[in-house]
Amino acid sequence: MQTLTTVAYLAAAILFIAGIRRLRSPATARSGNTVAAVGMLVAVVATLFDADVLSLAKIGAGIALGSVIGAVTARRVPMTSMPQFVAAFNGVGGGAAALIAFAEFYRLFLEGGEGGFVVLFTIFLSMLIGSVSFAGSIVAFGKLEEIFLSGSISFPGQKALNALVALVSLGAAGNAIVGGPAPLASAVVALVGALLLGVLFVIPIGGADMPIVISLLNAFTGLAAAASGFVLTNSVLIISGALVGASGSILTYKMSSALGRPLQKILFGAVGAAAAEKEGDGEEKPVTSGSAEDVGALLNYDADSVIFVPGYGLAVAQAQTAMAELMRLLESKGKTVKFAIHPVAGRMPGHMNVLLAEADVPAEKLLDLEDVNPDFADTDAVVIVGANDVVNPSAREDGGSPISGMPILDVDNAKRVVFVKRSLSPGFAGIDNPLFYDQDKTMMLFSDAKTGLEGVIAAVKNS
Amino acid sequence: MTRDLLSQVTVLVLAVVIGFELISRVPSLLHTPLMSATNAIHGIVLVGAMIVVIGPDDPLTEVLGFIAVVFGAINVVGGFIVTNRMLDMFRTRPQPRGKRK
Repeated sequence: MQTLTTVAYLAAAILFIAGIRRLRSPATARSGNTVAAVGMLVAVVATLFDADVLSLAKIGAGIALGSVIGAVTARRVPMTSMPQFVAAFNGVGGGAAALIAFAEFYRLFLEGGEGGFVVLFTIFLSMLIGSVSFAGSIVAFGKLEEIFLSGSISFPGQKALNALVALVSLGAAGNAIVGGPAPLASAVVALVGALLLGVLFVIPIGGADMPIVISLLNAFTGLAAAASGFVLTNSVLIISGALVGASGSILTYKMSSALGRPLQKILFGAVGAAAAEKEGDGEEKPVTSGSAEDVGALLNYDADSVIFVPGYGLAVAQAQTAMAELMRLLESKGKTVKFAIHPVAGRMPGHMNVLLAEADVPAEKLLDLEDVNPDFADTDAVVIVGANDVVNPSAREDGGSPISGMPILDVDNAKRVVFVKRSLSPGFAGIDNPLFYDQDKTMMLFSDAKTGLEGVIAAVKNS
Repeated sequence: MTRDLLSQVTVLVLAVVIGFELISRVPSLLHTPLMSATNAIHGIVLVGAMIVVIGPDDPLTEVLGFIAVVFGAINVVGGFIVTNRMLDMFRTRPQPRGKRK
């Protein structure tokens, strides 16, 4: 039986690797996901063979409950909310790793036996990393859903507090590992400290950087899973956890370099930057506001080449179909229309491509940042729908800005700029956009993305 | 014990190397689905949680293990379904436009 389980675990690990491999190309990606899911099924079924009837019932109940919760949520989530649900699923995974570690620790404690250094060390590794991932993911979820703690939160002495909490948590863990006094209390302190640390770690980070944080927490949960594999001497946990930990780290690095945002800056830079941004606000500056008719006339008579910049607001309003319709309408009038897709448009890499593909926009019209930026200078009008941070020139010009260094779409090089936006409220990173106040160039259409675009479509047809 | 540990560390190191190698060249388009799929894969903690439940009984470990099983199952099932839905979106891509209107 033991041999059979081991072989099944090996098969599962190979299926995971093959699955990830297939996910590298759009053509095979779907099958890759299925291959990985089959691997998971193999591993779970193989483990069931070790269970007696009573545990089988408990496990069955737990899996049934979790599967229903997971399946129902995953099916209901709108595409626009994908990032936060990835965060949520990641969080429960981290939570599971922490619980496993705590349960194993408690069992050792009850038995009064010495776990040995390696077991205790990996127990705490799994417990601490899992808890950070759990609490951090919950905060990321809350931020992206805009339920709680949205925006970048910072306060004086934040770094000192973080260091203190980390020190207490690690100290308590160290005490329990070397067999110091009050092991159970130490474990609880370490656990609570790690949860707190997870919260503190994510709250100062602004929404624009959240995808990278989620990716990093994903890698953390992988490491926690690998550590719990050492605790339980289970090979499939070690292999899969290490696989995710490593691939997740590389993915995080790739994402952050695609955004020109070094990890260090994201994780530790937010604290100072947030304080600087608060000044200079509070004054009403004039903007040129226009109606849908004004925008329609501008596109009809003053623009032969148009670039659309879709952003998160477009995704939220489900306005991708309206945008595609406006594209076809303008093309029928002999104008050229392109789409500029920022690497994090819609908050996650690839998110906007997915939504526009859904609205039947041909893939060749979707241009990446590097490809489209030289084109703006020869463009008559840029229509920005529900985006702000990704076109904010202060990323390029203002060294003190929280999004400084982030590559942006150089829409300010175009002749005219139209923002379709609900209000002047700053974008997700919580910073103002100087482009709003360029009254000669910029026209603001204050509207929800869908209503606004539909108004513009009607205006272009009628004018 | 030490030989066991040694072989576990070997496995760990090899898996890390494979993990690094796997993500060498991925188009940014697939970053999100890839993250989501690896997210589902670390749901393998479900297996760990099952082992805790199978192990020796005492009320607290039982409860913790059960919650961990639920969490793990949410991670696995939710993760794979969400990834699948994301990838579903790419399928419409090669189709000629105007078919669905």
